[in-house]
Amino acid sequence: MNIHDTLFWFFSLAMLLCGVLVISSRNPVTSAMFLVALFVFMAGLFVLLEAFFLAAIQILVYAGAVMVLFLFVIMLLNIKAGEHRQFRWLGVIGGLTVAGAFAWELGIILKVPVVALVPGGADFGGGLEAVVKPLFANYMLPFEVTALLLLVAMIGVVLLSKKELK
Amino acid sequence: MTSAISLNHYLWISGLLFALGIAGIVMRRNLLVIFMALEMNLNAANLALIAFSKFNKLVDGQVLVFFIIAIAAAEVAVGLAIIVALFRRKQTVSVTDLNSMRL
Repeated sequence: MNIHDTLFWFFSLAMLLCGVLVISSRNPVTSAMFLVALFVFMAGLFVLLEAFFLAAIQILVYAGAVMVLFLFVIMLLNIKAGEHRQFRWLGVIGGLTVAGAFAWELGIILKVPVVALVPGGADFGGGLEAVVKPLFANYMLPFEVTALLLLVAMIGVVLLSKKELK
Repeated sequence: MTSAISLNHYLWISGLLFALGIAGIVMRRNLLVIFMALEMNLNAANLALIAFSKFNKLVDGQVLVFFIIAIAAAEVAVGLAIIVALFRRKQTVSVTDLNSMRL
């Protein structure tokens, strides 16, 4: 077992453990903290897949910006961690059933090795240049539309956050 | 030295994380935690896309993940703003108490 495999198992098992803790911890702040750890481990998996640029983006945008937003809102709402503490069997059983059914289907699908349908070219590395070049060639229109969407989202958030929502 | 980790391993991890996200969405009552589980689902899809991109040697998967991350950031901002506006009205973020469409 080489270092790549060891790191793969470490990152993925730690990530799944963090996922379990996110959905099972009672305090939303604890959930948010484990979600940060999950994003960091996911970035580690991205590095193993040689997607270095996206690993950096994952840390910056998810573990940085998005989670700070989450923690700000949790602070802002000032939710008491003790309320609604009765255990709901229906919800827990339903959730585990849905997740178990999904995992079962996954086991059926992934029984045979997945092979490439569209054989690609040579290794592209996954650095900044390899990912960004198609952005300004084949994906120019989606790129611009995303910029527009970010502007619209910003205006929407400002309007939604106004004191009197009419 | 060749690695024993195949595309299937990555798809397994991605699928299991997705299943955890679904379980969280169905199980939890707190709107914020449901939203976090949703983010887990998006990340699981990202992992699958990047794994496909690596093993098929096509860069398009990574470009798609770039777009997903940008749009997920916008989605989180709008979603959290809606949750804050909802909390101002109803003083709760528990979905058991948010059972009517009327404000």
